[in-house]
Amino acid sequence: MAGSTLASPSAEPVVVAAKTSAAVSPGRETWRRFRRHRLAMASSVVLALLVLGVVIGPWLWPIAINEIDFSAQLQTPSWAHPFGTDDLGQDILARMIYGGRISLAVGLAAMVVATFVGVVVGAVAGMSRRYADSFLMWVTDLFLSLPQLPLLLLVIYLFREQLKAAFGVEGGVFVLIVIVIGGLRWMPVARLVRAQFMSLREKEFVEAARAQGATRFRQMVHHILPNALGPVIVAATIEVSSAIIAESTLSFLGLGFPPDIPTWGRLLFDAKDHLDSAPHWALFPGAAIFLTVLSINFIGDGLRDALDPRRVI
Amino acid sequence: MTTPPILSVSNLTTSFRVEGLWKPVVRNVSFDIAPKETLAVVGESGSGKSVTALSIMRLTPSGNSRIEGSIKLSGQELLTLPDADMRKIRGNDIAMIFQEPMTSLNPVLTIGFQIAEALILHRNLSRSAAEAETIRLLEKVRIPAAKSRFHEYPHRFSGGMRQRVMIAMALACKPKLLIADEPTTALDVTIQAQILELIKLLQEEEGMSVLFITHDMGVVAEIADRTVVMYNGEAVETGATEDIFARAHHPYTRSLLSAVPKLGSMTGRRRPMRFPVVDRLTGESDVPTETPDTVEASERPVIEVSNLTTRFEIRSGLLGKVQGRVHAVENVSFSVQAGETLALVGESGCGKSTTGRSVMRLIEPLAGSVLLDGVDVLKLNQHDLREQRKRMQMIFQDPFASLNPRMNVGAAIAEPLLINKLATRSEARDKVAELLRRVGLQPDMASRFPHEFSGGQRQRICIARALAVEPRLIVADESVSALDVSVKAQVINLMLELQARMKLAYLFISHDMAVVERVSHRVAVMYLGEIVEIGPREAIFGNPQHPYTKRLLAAVPIADPTRRHEKNPVSNDEIKSPVRAADYIPPIRQYREVSPGHAVMIWGEEWEKPAVQGIAA
Repeated sequence: MAGSTLASPSAEPVVVAAKTSAAVSPGRETWRRFRRHRLAMASSVVLALLVLGVVIGPWLWPIAINEIDFSAQLQTPSWAHPFGTDDLGQDILARMIYGGRISLAVGLAAMVVATFVGVVVGAVAGMSRRYADSFLMWVTDLFLSLPQLPLLLLVIYLFREQLKAAFGVEGGVFVLIVIVIGGLRWMPVARLVRAQFMSLREKEFVEAARAQGATRFRQMVHHILPNALGPVIVAATIEVSSAIIAESTLSFLGLGFPPDIPTWGRLLFDAKDHLDSAPHWALFPGAAIFLTVLSINFIGDGLRDALDPRRVI
Repeated sequence: MTTPPILSVSNLTTSFRVEGLWKPVVRNVSFDIAPKETLAVVGESGSGKSVTALSIMRLTPSGNSRIEGSIKLSGQELLTLPDADMRKIRGNDIAMIFQEPMTSLNPVLTIGFQIAEALILHRNLSRSAAEAETIRLLEKVRIPAAKSRFHEYPHRFSGGMRQRVMIAMALACKPKLLIADEPTTALDVTIQAQILELIKLLQEEEGMSVLFITHDMGVVAEIADRTVVMYNGEAVETGATEDIFARAHHPYTRSLLSAVPKLGSMTGRRRPMRFPVVDRLTGESDVPTETPDTVEASERPVIEVSNLTTRFEIRSGLLGKVQGRVHAVENVSFSVQAGETLALVGESGCGKSTTGRSVMRLIEPLAGSVLLDGVDVLKLNQHDLREQRKRMQMIFQDPFASLNPRMNVGAAIAEPLLINKLATRSEARDKVAELLRRVGLQPDMASRFPHEFSGGQRQRICIARALAVEPRLIVADESVSALDVSVKAQVINLMLELQARMKLAYLFISHDMAVVERVSHRVAVMYLGEIVEIGPREAIFGNPQHPYTKRLLAAVPIADPTRRHEKNPVSNDEIKSPVRAADYIPPIRQYREVSPGHAVMIWGEEWEKPAVQGIAA
C-alpha cells in the first residue's frame, strides 16, 4: 500500500468552501453549532437560572415554607412576599423554591427513565425481524391500553411502604413516582424509535456498515441511533412537561408526595379554589412550569440541529 | 428558417432568491423551436436545463424566482401574460411530461378517470364523450387492450406503461408543444427505446413540436433534430444534432461527448479502456490506451459462485401462508479472477443486485456456494463471516445514501479498519489520509461531512472506504449509474487505475451496456434471475446469441445521430416479473458453448415467437 502514486484528482470543486477550521473534534463542533442557536442558548440560561434558583434559593430567601401567618392571607406580591402568600399566609416564593427542586428532579428523572426505556424497547423491536418485534409491540399496545389510574393505585399501595423503608419518606416517594411516570410514558417514544429504526436499517449506509463487518450492536449504536435521535429528542422534551403535570395529578389524588410538600403541581392545584381572589398564587407556579417546559423544548431543538451536520447553522 | 417558430426563447434569465440575493440559475439562453421539430436541451445536473423548461411553463415558485427575457409561443409573449391566461396555455398549448411516472399519477383514481377529467376540464367534453376520447388516446399511445384497462388503477401498470399514460394525458388537449423533462431516465433501456419510438411516432401523427430535456447524449442522438448544450446555466452551443456530434466547437461539448460511452467503440479490443480526459477549458483530449493486462488467469479465481439461488417468499393471510415466491436469483454460477472485471447486466428485476448482495451475504441465499479464495462464505458463522468480509467490499449506487450523514468522511473511511481491528486510531488517521489521496481527494477533507461533497467526490469516498481493508473483490452495484457523464468517466478511470495497481477483482453490476463494454473483461447477461449468456466481452457484444442479449443491445441508444436509421425496430414487450406460484419448480437449464468461455442458455419456445414486432403493430 505504501508508495502508491496519486490517482487522477477529482476535477470537481468542493461544494462547500465556507469551512473555516479543518480539524475540530466533533464534540467541539457540536458545541459551536449549538451556541449559534440563539433560542437554545437563551433557554439554556433560563433553565440554568431555574435550577440554580431552586438549589441555592433557600439560603437567599430563608423564610420557612411552613411558616403560617394568618394575618397575611392571600396577599398580592409585595416586598415582604415577592410572589404573594397563600390562604394560610405562607410565602409562595419560599414554597416554590422548595417545590421546584422536586418538580424539576421528577420531571427530568422521569424523562430520562421514559426515554431510556422507550429507546431500548423501540431499538430492539426495530432491529428484530422476527418475534421480538411483535412481542414488544404487543407489550407496548398493552401498556397503552391499560387504564392508568387504577394501575397507579395498585402499584403505589403495593410498593409505597417498602420504598419508604428503603429510601426514606421523600426519597421513597420520589423513586416511586419517577418509576411510575417513567414506566407509563415510554410507549410513544418506543413507537417512534421503532419506526425510525425500521426505515433506517434498510438504508444503504447501514448495509455498507454491514458489508464492512460491523456487528449488529455497532450498526445500532453508531449508525442507526444517531440518525434516529432528532424526533426522540423532541419527544423527550415533551415528556418533561407531562411528567411535571403527572406528578401534580398524583399529589392531588393523595398518591404522590405528602400534601405538605409544595411541588409546583401541588401549588397549582391548591390555588385553583382561589383563582378569582388570588390569581398570583396560580400564576407564579404556572409560569415556572411553562418556562421550564419551553426552555427544555428549545434546548431540544438546538440539540437536534447541532447534532445534525447536514443542517447549515 | 422560413416558417415562424412555435416557441421562441430569447435572452432568458431565471434567478432564484437565495438568502436575500438573486442568484441567476439560467443566463441569457436563447433558442427557437420550429413546428414539428424536436429540440433537445442537454446538460449535466445543475446546468439549468430543467429550470429552463419550468420557466417556459412559468412554473417556478412565485416570489422566490424571477424570469427575464422573452418567451414567445406562436408570437404571443408568455412572460407578461396574466396568471389566468397562462393557466389556459398550460395543458392546452404546452403540455409537459416528467421523469417519475410512478409519482405523477394519483394512486387512488383509475387512469381512465384521470385522463377523462383533464378532457372535461380543458375541452368541456361531456363525460361519455370524454371517456370515448380517453380510450382513443390510450390506443394512440399503444396501450394494449385500452378499453379494458380504462378502469384500472395506476399500480397495475408498469413504469413504461405509466409513462405512456402520462403521454396520453399530455396529448389530451392537442398541444402545440410537448415539454419532456427526462421522460425516460427512470426507465429500463428496452422500455426507454419504446417510449422514444412512441414520442417520435406521435410527433409525426400530431404534428407537434417537442422540447426534450435530458442528460443522455445517446438519447439526444436518437431523437433530436437540433440540440442546445447547457453548462452552468448558459447555452454554450446550439446547432443541428449532427453538427454538434461531428464538429463540436465548445470545449465543454467536446469533453461531454468524449465522456459518453458509445456502444461499439470497443470492437477489436480485448481489454478495458480508460475514458479520454478532456480539458474543459481548452477542449484538448489525451488518447487513452488499453489498460495493462491485469487478469491473473493462471491462479485460482478469487471468487467462484456455483448454483447460487435466492428466493423471497411472499406471505399473506392470517397465518402467513406462502402465496408465492420471487425467484430473484436462480441457479447462477460464475467465477472472477484477480484483476478481472465481470459485468452482470440486465434490466430492473432481473436479479443482478440480489446476486451481488447474495455473494456478499447481505441477503441469505437459499442454496449454492460462494467460494472466496477457497472458503465457502455461505457456510460461515456470523463471526467468521465478519472476518471474511475484509476480503470483499461493496460500492453502492447512491453514494450519498451509503454514507452515514452524521459521520465525517474520515470516520467513515476509518470505520472498516477499526471494526476489523486492522489499525489503531492514530494509524487509521494516517491510512485515511493516504486513501483519500489515492482516490484523488485531499487528506484535509477528512473532517468534512458527506453533504459537503459533490456526487462524484462522494463516490470516491465510498471507493476509499471499500479499499481501506485491502479487499480482493469489490462488488460495484450500479456504482456509476447515478453520476453525471463526465463524473462517471472519471470514477470509471479511477476504478480501472486501482484495478491495475491492486489486482482487484470487480463484480460490476450495471444496466448500462455502453459502460459495461468499456470496463469489463467478461460479461454475464441476466434475465429473470438466470444467467442467459456469459462470456468474454468481445463475444457477447460482437456475437450475441441469446434473443434477450440481442434485444438488450438493440435497445441501447447510440450516441451517433448518423447511425439513427440503422437501428433495429424495438419490441413492444414488457419486462416480465420473476414472481411465481408457491409450487413452481424452475426448469433445468442447459447451456451450449458457442466458443471457449462463451456459453449461452438453450432457450425454449417463449423466445421463438416473433420477438421483434413493430411498435405500430
